[in-house]
Formats: sequence, C-alpha cells, structure tokens
Amino acid sequence: MSSIISVANLSKTYGSGFKALKNINLDIRRGEIFALLGPNGAGKTTLISIICGIANPSEGRVLVGGENIQTSYRKARSLIGLVPQELHTDAFESVWATVSFSRGLFGKPKNPDHIEKVLKDLSLWDKKDNKIITLSGGMKRRVMIAKALSHEPQVLFLDEPTAGVDVELRKGMWEVVRTLQQSGVTIILTTHYIEEAEEMADRIGVINKGEIVLVEDKATLMQKLGKKRLTVHLQGKVTSLPDSLAQYELDLCDDGATLVYDYDTKGERTGITSLLSDLRNAGIRFNDLDTTQSSLEDIFVDLVRTS
Amino acid sequence: MNHRAIRAIYLFEMARTWRTLLQSIVSPVVSTSLYFVVFGAAIGSRISQVEGVSYGTFIVPGLIMLSVLTQSIANASFGIYFPKFTGTIYEILSAPISYFEIVLGYVGAAATKSIILGLIILATAGLFVPLHIHHPIWMLAFLVLTAVTFSLFGFIIGIWADGFEKLQMIPMLVVTPLTFLGGSFYSIDMLPAGWRTVALLNPVVYLISGFRWSFYEIADVSVSVSIGMTTAFLVLCLGAIWWIFRTGYRLKN
Repeated sequence: MSSIISVANLSKTYGSGFKALKNINLDIRRGEIFALLGPNGAGKTTLISIICGIANPSEGRVLVGGENIQTSYRKARSLIGLVPQELHTDAFESVWATVSFSRGLFGKPKNPDHIEKVLKDLSLWDKKDNKIITLSGGMKRRVMIAKALSHEPQVLFLDEPTAGVDVELRKGMWEVVRTLQQSGVTIILTTHYIEEAEEMADRIGVINKGEIVLVEDKATLMQKLGKKRLTVHLQGKVTSLPDSLAQYELDLCDDGATLVYDYDTKGERTGITSLLSDLRNAGIRFNDLDTTQSSLEDIFVDLVRTS
Repeated sequence: MNHRAIRAIYLFEMARTWRTLLQSIVSPVVSTSLYFVVFGAAIGSRISQVEGVSYGTFIVPGLIMLSVLTQSIANASFGIYFPKFTGTIYEILSAPISYFEIVLGYVGAAATKSIILGLIILATAGLFVPLHIHHPIWMLAFLVLTAVTFSLFGFIIGIWADGFEKLQMIPMLVVTPLTFLGGSFYSIDMLPAGWRTVALLNPVVYLISGFRWSFYEIADVSVSVSIGMTTAFLVLCLGAIWWIFRTGYRLKN
C-alpha cells in the first residue's frame, strides 16, 4: 500500500529548548486508520501540528500525497482536514456558515450538496441554521469534523476526537470514522482511550517522550506482544501450592479458589499441557478453565514503561 | 492565488460587521455627531474662521480621520485577535493560503469597513455644515490609503496582543492622543513655534493635513510630504507583517 504521509527525520525543539520530537520517521498508508498513542506530552499534537502547518519543524521533511508541506504547502494542505483536540469554534455564526467558510478557505468552489451531505452524515442537518454557541459540546465536536470534511480531504486528523464525550456519542463517532474510511479517507487519530485504538485502528503507533517507540499492525501487535492468561477454577480451595508447580509462577486468587497462569503467546510452548499434567499429579482438581488475552492497554503501559 | 480563501475571510469579516451594526457603524456615527454638536456648534460658534473656513467645516476632515484611524485599528486588530483568542486560528494556519492572502482578507475587510464608515460620517457632517470637496479623487485616495495603512497597523497589534488589555492599550494610549494632537480640531499653525516643531513628529499630522487639503486646499504641510509620510508608514507596517509571518511570531510555535 502506498504512503499518503511520509515523515522523515522530523525533529522539533521549542524556543525554551524543550525537544518535543526527536528524529521521527513515520509512513501513513493510504486508506488506513492509524492510531497514534502516547501519554500526555508525548508529542502527538506537536507532530500533527507540524504536518498540518500550524507549527514549524526544526528539522526533517514531511510529504503529504507526495507534496512537501513547506515548499508545496498549498497542495499538501488542501489534502488535509484537521480536527484539533480543543473545541475551537466560532460562536455567533450558524453551522452552515462556518462549514461553508471552511470550504472556501481551502479554495474549493461552493457546493451546497456536499455541505448538506456532510451535515446529514454527522446528524447536524437539523441544526444547520443554529448559532454554534447554542450547541452542546458533542455537537460542537461534530461541527469541527464537518468543517474538516467540508473541502473533501484525503487525510483526516482527529486529535483526541472523543475526549470528554459520553459513551454513546463516542460510539457514534466511531461509526462516522468507519464510514469515512470506507469512502477512501485516510484517518490518523490520537487518543488516550486504548479501547478506541483497539476498536478502530488498522495500525498503531506509540509515541513517548518525542520518539516513535513502535509502529505495528494492530493484529500483529496484539499477537506479538500480547500475553494470555489462563484461569483455573479449582474444585476446592487450596492454601498453598506444592514445589512441583513453582516453575509456573502461579497466583493463587479468590482465597485459593482459582489459579492464574500468565503465558506468552509468542513462545513455541505455552506450558499449558505440562501445567495441567502437573496439577493432576499434585492432586489438585479443577472444574473449569478460561483464557483471556491481554488488552492493548496492558501492552501500551508496558511499552511506555520500558521506553 | 487562492482567491476563494481571500473571499471567504473577507465575507466572514464583513458578516461580523453586519451582525454588530450598532457597534461597528452606528456608534462611531453618533459619537462623531456629538463632536459636531460640541465643537462645531457650541464652541465653534465662538471661534473665528480658520484659514478662511468656518470652524465647523474645518474640523470635518479631522473628525473623519479620527474615526477612520481608530476604527481601522479596532476592526483589524479584533479581526485577527479573536480567532487567536478562541483558537479558531488553527484553521487559517492549516489552510492552503499564503500569508499575503490572509492579510488581504483581514485587512481588506477592516479597511472596507472604515472607508464605509468614513463616507457615512462625511454624509452625516453634510447635515451639520456646508461641505465642498475640491479634490474628491485625492480625498478618496487619502481615505483608502489611511484605512489600509492603519488596518495593517491594527493587524500587527492583533497579532502582538495576548490579552484584551493589550488590544486596547496601543489604540487608547498612543493612537487616540496622536490623533487628537494631530490637528483634528486645529491647524498646527495655531500652535506656538516650539510645539509646532514637536507636532511635526506626529505622523497623524501628515494624514490629516493631506486629507484636509483635498477638501479645502489648506494644509499644514505640503501634500507630497503627506503622501510620502503615509506611504512610509504603510511600507513600515508591511515590513512588520512580512517579518511576523516569516518568523511565525505569536502565531506558530
């Protein structure tokens, strides 16, 4: 798959001397949903701001659709729609006026049909004549998405799109993002909500302290770094475990009613067969087993801790 | 040239004027009318003619300039400061639009508003005193040049200001005194010799003098000096804006 965004050796040092980005190299594939994860202050917003033209890079090069964001900024920027993290909206303009303004700003001829479609897709059509100040926070967020989509961008940046919105609205937003992807738009989202990345993304990048720690297909990442947990529900409670089971580093939980065994899916041998055999030899009987896979959140926390 | 973007900014800013008609147009017209009542009728009736022109008529160009200067600065500074304040500036900065086009949109709208306002005040003045404009083309040229120059100046203030207080500071503490002392209500020939020299350091003197010349062919300084000084200030503002965008001063981190 070809890259729609190509970031090479990008660094950003603020006037204060703070290095927000350190030699970032990143390619975003056309048509994918890419989730950029990172703790607060990791450099997510700085990276997006540079790609979109809001901040100047200190070093490095960024291409959007093959166009350099500095020397060919008109072409590059016209491909991008940006929904920033903060709710920055006008107050006294109508929804229709502000979305139409954005289209004009990006140099596109008037197209009321397109604006109508965008507003309908985002369930804003019945609010089109309302002043923005009268809208709820969730609606304002959608107005910002509508503004970003007004000029038919090929790439959409969503910086923390669901920060502070309720669960129902968040799921609605996910639907919108999926529909956009189906229409061919590449989506880059930053998020604190790991479940959001887990739910939405094709690929995941993790940024920490201004450096890209990892970029991986979500499925591969889950598989590669994911750990599984086997929970053994015992027939009777046990107070201690025999030495023959020490090698498995089992945790005795629920007052001795369950045994928990963590194993690595990367390993050729998971150790489950021998564990079950050793349990039987030790005379520990069980009546149920279940396994769970570690979430992206666990993986993320591990990565950030070790990077 | 992204003419659609310039148009979008221009119309967006003009729409703000129509929404705030009372504040943008009616309020300056009312205050100017009050100047006519106080200075023109009440005080002016006790003042003899100034260089062959009745006092009420004499102050018309100065009063128009007073409004055009202050409103150009207010319109342009607020126009660019407000998106900075609300954060919507992100959209302007991320749009495929050059700095020149951004300035054209904002300054064009601010200057248009001031020119309309200046013409409305001129028409209002016509209700109070008899008016005759000797050089209407020059009058319009001075009006446009001043509106554009001070809108650029206002744009710079709007970028520089990081709070509403600063937004008001330069217009209140610098521009208004300079305008009052710039010969809006008197000819600088009426000043003692020493103060006349000091007054010549005030750039507003040249604007008002040139503008008044286009009305009555009377001027404190020669017209070419007026044009030269105004153009110099225009170039200075353009230079400052070029520097702001080149460095991203107060716009980009």
